[in-house]
Amino acid sequence: MFLRKYLIPRLIQYFLVIFLGITIVFFIPRLAPTNPVERTIAEIRSRGTYLDPAHIQAMVDALTEMYGLSGSWLEQYKGFWVRLFHGDFGVSFFQFPTPVITLIKNALPWTVGLLFTTTMLSWLFGNIVGGMAGYANNRFWSKILDFFAMFIRPIPYYVVALGLLILFGYVYRVFPISGGATIGHRPAWTLAFVKDVLRHAFLPAFSMVLLGGASWFQTSKLVVQNVKAEDFVQYAQLGGIRERRIMFRYIIRNAMLPQITNLALSLGQILSGALITEIVFSYPGLGHLLYSAISTGDYNLIMGIITLSIVTITTLVLIVDLVYPLFDPRIRYK
Amino acid sequence: MAFGSTLRDLFRDYRFVVAFIVLLFLVTLAVMSFFSPYDPTLWYYAPRDLRPSNEHILGTDSRGQDIFWQATFAIRNSLIISLVAGVISRIIAVVVGLVAGYQGGRTDRVLMFISDGFLVIPLFLILVMLAMLIRDKMNIVNTGLLLAVFGWAWDARVLRAQVLSLREREFTKTAVLSGTPTLQLVFKEYMPYITPLAFSTLINNMSWAIGMEMTLSIIGLTNMDIPTLGTNLKWALNYQAILMRRWYWILTPVTLSVLLFIALYWMSVSISEYLDPRTRVQRVGGE
Amino acid sequence: MKQSDVVLRTDNLQAHYILEVPGGQKIVKAVDGVDLQIRRNEIYGIAGESGCGKSTLMRTLYAWMQRPLRLVGGSVYYTRDGSEFDVYGLSKQELRELRWRFIAYVPQGAMSIFNPVIKIKETYRDFLSSHLPGKTVDEMFEIAKEHIEQLGLPVTILEAYPHQLSGGMRQRVAIALAALLRPSVIFADEPTTALDVVVQRGVVQLLKDIQERLHNTIILVTHDMGIHANIADRLGIMYAGRMIEEGDTAEIFENPLHPYTQFLINSLPQFGDTGERVSAPGQPPSLANLPRGCAFHPRCPKAMPICRESSPQTTVLGEHRVACWLHAEGREAVHAAHS
Repeated sequence: MFLRKYLIPRLIQYFLVIFLGITIVFFIPRLAPTNPVERTIAEIRSRGTYLDPAHIQAMVDALTEMYGLSGSWLEQYKGFWVRLFHGDFGVSFFQFPTPVITLIKNALPWTVGLLFTTTMLSWLFGNIVGGMAGYANNRFWSKILDFFAMFIRPIPYYVVALGLLILFGYVYRVFPISGGATIGHRPAWTLAFVKDVLRHAFLPAFSMVLLGGASWFQTSKLVVQNVKAEDFVQYAQLGGIRERRIMFRYIIRNAMLPQITNLALSLGQILSGALITEIVFSYPGLGHLLYSAISTGDYNLIMGIITLSIVTITTLVLIVDLVYPLFDPRIRYK
Repeated sequence: MAFGSTLRDLFRDYRFVVAFIVLLFLVTLAVMSFFSPYDPTLWYYAPRDLRPSNEHILGTDSRGQDIFWQATFAIRNSLIISLVAGVISRIIAVVVGLVAGYQGGRTDRVLMFISDGFLVIPLFLILVMLAMLIRDKMNIVNTGLLLAVFGWAWDARVLRAQVLSLREREFTKTAVLSGTPTLQLVFKEYMPYITPLAFSTLINNMSWAIGMEMTLSIIGLTNMDIPTLGTNLKWALNYQAILMRRWYWILTPVTLSVLLFIALYWMSVSISEYLDPRTRVQRVGGE
Repeated sequence: MKQSDVVLRTDNLQAHYILEVPGGQKIVKAVDGVDLQIRRNEIYGIAGESGCGKSTLMRTLYAWMQRPLRLVGGSVYYTRDGSEFDVYGLSKQELRELRWRFIAYVPQGAMSIFNPVIKIKETYRDFLSSHLPGKTVDEMFEIAKEHIEQLGLPVTILEAYPHQLSGGMRQRVAIALAALLRPSVIFADEPTTALDVVVQRGVVQLLKDIQERLHNTIILVTHDMGIHANIADRLGIMYAGRMIEEGDTAEIFENPLHPYTQFLINSLPQFGDTGERVSAPGQPPSLANLPRGCAFHPRCPKAMPICRESSPQTTVLGEHRVACWLHAEGREAVHAAHS
């Protein structure tokens, strides 16, 4: 029963969004005033390379093929989806002839690791501390924390990242300023390598947790303050229920609900933040890859990253959406 | 809601006061750009990498430009971009929010589906893709427009929620029963509630727009010839200002932007708290 | 009235809402000098228009004070096991223990008072475990089940989530829950408002049942005079934060002394009535801006000059008490002096 009313519409929405998103991604470059092939040629030219006019046509043809731009739009579209299902995003231009999918596969674990840990940490930490602050919202410590959050939260990811980079990478040389691990270090599950990775990951992770934590802290504090004023909390209090029980069973349990929804809605934004942070720290994840792709005008690579990100985020949102009813019986039983 | 008394109430909040002062300062800087002795598109009109002096308050950068006067242009352009983006995205958000909230039913579902779609898809990436393709054609207004197209989704939801609650109120039912045409109802009756909300989200949106512009600049997707906070920062990074410890050059756009973000955020928070009926009743004494 | 009969007593009770407004303070005098003596084993009704301070009075009696509501004067005394104590002199812990075991509360609007993410039986468990330590979870569910059955409510509600129950059912569950630990006093604030007449009857019946079983006191607030006529033993009429009349329900209905009470009684329709019902003209005063003298005088058809000057004292006529210059002792002299 619930399945039909809740699950099916969500799944339909999921597939629809992916379909539409990818279609948009497909059409934008084709509708834009500049043709990607022309762009690439212009890019090459701007670097001062001499191009023999006789060869340009051959280049154009090759590039058109490589970018999946040959044939009618319908043919392109079909071909696009077919290749998508095979995980074929074409070949990277700036790291020719490595297939895009390989590059992405190499960068992905770094991004996922960073993203997952920092999101979990900042969400949990921010919610718990924010929840406690919301409950004791007249106490001094709660107000101080709120004050700090007011400074940190509005600042975009890269400024925080940049600031940390300058402070702890250049001024006080505590942490490495780039990379995921020291160059030349062989990836292996040794303690030394793990420590090395952690050292490199610390600043980017810290900047994300700082920002994310401040944000969750503030929203959580607000949510808890609102829940505290709800009728059922008042009722529990005038019923003489123990404070600890009220805090957990009444306030936090109910405050979690909007926060889960908020998590789903912010995932897109958090991913963007992670990519930007990676760029600042030259962290070898998707962000860094994207930056290289943009600088070299690597069309296929950019398309690949974007497509994958859309699928990933939409899927994560779906998962969160499906988890939500487990916490809210009003959705579970209509 | 008398404007004068609203302002007075807002000024009681220290956050609003601080934000107001900072913004005033920044706008003054922007206005000063009209009196700049230097043309921002020219390079090498001054000796490079000078320390601050009487002639150049913040020194000069590696491109031979006065850092201070560059900054005034940067602030001006960034503010203009964010205003364009903010205002246009407000218009879209208000229209979508009002229509979805009031009509309900299918219209609502379709509009919210579109809006959610915009939210879920990592906008940053779409922006990247677009910016990459039309990089050369980007000027201030275009950048603003581009950002506007992506900045309305979240606030459309917020406005819609407000409309939904207004719809349930007594005066709506009275108006409908007395035969008020829909359009008039929506505009005349709801506007006093919608406007302040739209205004507070405008400020938020402006902050986001500036942040986005700077982010796009850092990864090299905006027109580098136009001085904005983002492009100034990018030029500094290009010339390895951090490594060369040219702090004045790189920290100017960073500091100005941080001030701007914090000021805009504080302003929007104090306005939205002012509007929140829960905290309001306590202040004004309730009805 | 024997002292040992009294379970709750107040002494010139005053509770105001003190709001901080730009430019000073706004004071809402919701409870402005109330003297009550409520007995054991009775249903005491409190009647009055919306906004007269009834709910605030209940909260004050229950010692449920939250900013901006503050106790400004007077005291509230309960008698338990023969000894009297000031409820506002208790520590937080003592107050928490007092609640539900000695005094219980059914708030206005039982629609949203249950935690929406847990089942009703879990709510019962929360109340039980906070007041009856040492029971296992199963024991507590058993107690809840027995309790519900005894009161004639379907046992299935325990397994339900609050949103699955109708408004009327939720109200009854709230009332049943209040009676769970057999308290000596149950406060019920507008238990029948927003319910249709048929459901109202069920609620009223439940209250009667509980009172008959437990032989305790129920203090019932509602503006619906019909409900009072139905189950209240004694009735107190409230206006603008004060008790203006009090007595046995039958006596009040047959012989209302205060002009306001007369309006209230006369506004009730009766079978066979075709005449026009007259209600009190005008609006009740704002509790932040009370008129001088008797608060009712602007609307009173029998207002005398003295009514505009000073607040009437309470006249006691046996069990019937009234605060009105019309019935003050020596009123002829008063009348003569001012005409």
